Amino acid sequence: MTTVLERLNSALHTALETDPRVHVLGEDILDPYGGAFKVTRGLSTDFPDRVHTTPISEAAIVGLANGMALRGLRPVAEIMFGDFVTLAADQLVNHAAKFRWMYNDNVRVPLVVRTPMGGRRGYGPTHSQSLEKLFLGVPGLKVVAPNTLSDPADLLTAAIADEDPVLFIEHKLLYTRPLLEAGVGNLQDFQIEVGGGPYPCSVLRVVPNSHLTIATYGYNFELARQAALDLLYEHEIFAEIVLFSQLSPFALDPLFDSVERTGRLLTVEEGTLSLGWGAEVIARLAETGLQVQARRAAALDLPIANSKPLEDEILPSQEKITEAALALCKSRVRRTRP
Amino acid sequence: MPDNHSLYKTMLRIRRFEERALAEFSTGRLFGTTHAYIGQEADAAGIFSAADPGDVVFSNHRCHGHFIAYGGDPYHLAAELMGKATGLVGGRGGSQHIQWRNFYSNGIQGGIVPVATGMALAEKAQHTGKVVLVFTGDGTLGEGVFYESLNIASLWKLPVVFVVENNRYAQTTPVELALSGSICGRFAAFDIPVWERDTTDVLEVRAAAAEALGYARNQTGPAGLILRTYRFSAHSKGDDVRDPAEIAAFKAKDPLAVHAPRLGEDVRARIESEVAAEIEEAFARAASDPFPK
Repeated sequence: MTTVLERLNSALHTALETDPRVHVLGEDILDPYGGAFKVTRGLSTDFPDRVHTTPISEAAIVGLANGMALRGLRPVAEIMFGDFVTLAADQLVNHAAKFRWMYNDNVRVPLVVRTPMGGRRGYGPTHSQSLEKLFLGVPGLKVVAPNTLSDPADLLTAAIADEDPVLFIEHKLLYTRPLLEAGVGNLQDFQIEVGGGPYPCSVLRVVPNSHLTIATYGYNFELARQAALDLLYEHEIFAEIVLFSQLSPFALDPLFDSVERTGRLLTVEEGTLSLGWGAEVIARLAETGLQVQARRAAALDLPIANSKPLEDEILPSQEKITEAALALCKSRVRRTRP
Repeated sequence: MPDNHSLYKTMLRIRRFEERALAEFSTGRLFGTTHAYIGQEADAAGIFSAADPGDVVFSNHRCHGHFIAYGGDPYHLAAELMGKATGLVGGRGGSQHIQWRNFYSNGIQGGIVPVATGMALAEKAQHTGKVVLVFTGDGTLGEGVFYESLNIASLWKLPVVFVVENNRYAQTTPVELALSGSICGRFAAFDIPVWERDTTDVLEVRAAAAEALGYARNQTGPAGLILRTYRFSAHSKGDDVRDPAEIAAFKAKDPLAVHAPRLGEDVRARIESEVAAEIEEAFARAASDPFPK
């Protein structure tokens, strides 16, 4: 059984081994500790000259990576907790994302910033957030998130090979999760279409004519998948899942095709509800003129509490996804104010 | 070894370029804003006469002087300021955001400093022998990421020269209201050797820059170059609240006037007419160029 963590670690090993331009930098990444979540374990032992442990300086970490990328290297920076990426926001928004376009395509910025996001580990308000929504829609910056369906090693390898900066969002709960295999375990009910390109968007469905579409990414695919099975076995509702790995910018195609068939869309994300990923996904679909009924499952617009019952109430869960899907299937198109 | 002639010509080229750029706002050919380097010319001319042509440069919002002293073409810069397709970056960047060869600039205070530090890491890792020069000012010292960069550059012995052009004002705020302690003390805290000069003499700047660059290149470690200077023009276009008497006092130490006696009057007159023709040609040609599509 291979876990997401093992695949990410393996991708970093391979990248360092095969490309002398690859450098890895971040806080506490040296062995024997090997990083707060162990994604970088073993790297400093095998590549001591190209694995740099840094002071607690998130802005400088991403700034250094920017300069390294501009001058011929392929840096992979780790921000220990995604919550700290705000400290590097200037480097991502005003430097990494701008250089190529602002310098008229004279330069490339092949930089990856990896960071763990997400809650349910009881880390409280400043170590549990899903802040990727803050970086969606920044021109020149790709935001990518692995999941258990497409090999996370392939995704990270593609990000390292990318000529443009990539913010790589790893949900903490994914690390210990096994990679899924088609036709095995709880995937056996689904037909799967894996999309093309370096950051594939996949579609999972049980029958050709589903009742609704669930769009999601990252760890929330685990919850959405369970919810889809629950809807199937307990409520005889067929849900198909559109699983994104590139959040920004994103192509509408597989999602459009799915919603064109189902007419209903539920977006699932762990970031806060308001002005988030789901809002943009729904807006893009609405702008096509497609008739769509839509709902969002997301975190409440609150900080994430430390106490487990409170945290559970704040974050989306399988049950909340199921409830939202049921409500969506019962609802009718309204033409008046509720 | 650059001679007095070329140092004077570089400084004059910067002066006349900046004067012309400021004047062009009233013609409507320039829009937005600009940050003139007038008064600080000895810094750029001195530093780049001591740098290697392959060295890497990260400059800031006040980058025209650095770019011209680096060897950049005033015509392509003028076209960039006018937003023309023939500009350095096709009109996308404008005054503060230019790139040519190993020269880069960005308009964010402080943010460029770790980027330059990362560049130095890349040059060191690839054994290029290049030094990275990053231009900051007294105003930049308010940004925390500056100190993150000094710390890491010193820890990892990176070949970067941190230039602080202390022109005594962060936009309109005098250095006395923005800076505690000393500038060289900031470098001392990170064990980074400093060359500090209070001069508008291009030869003195050049000598200090040569030592700082030599240290960074040969010791493979960071150096500080602190230059006390003064800008004669406003921060950008019209935002000047300084005492005219203070400006006049600093103009008595105009770097062009300080260097001028080292050349004959006839030589200076010839340089003046060459530079005037060059700047006229640069702006006239840029003005007739097309806008980007």
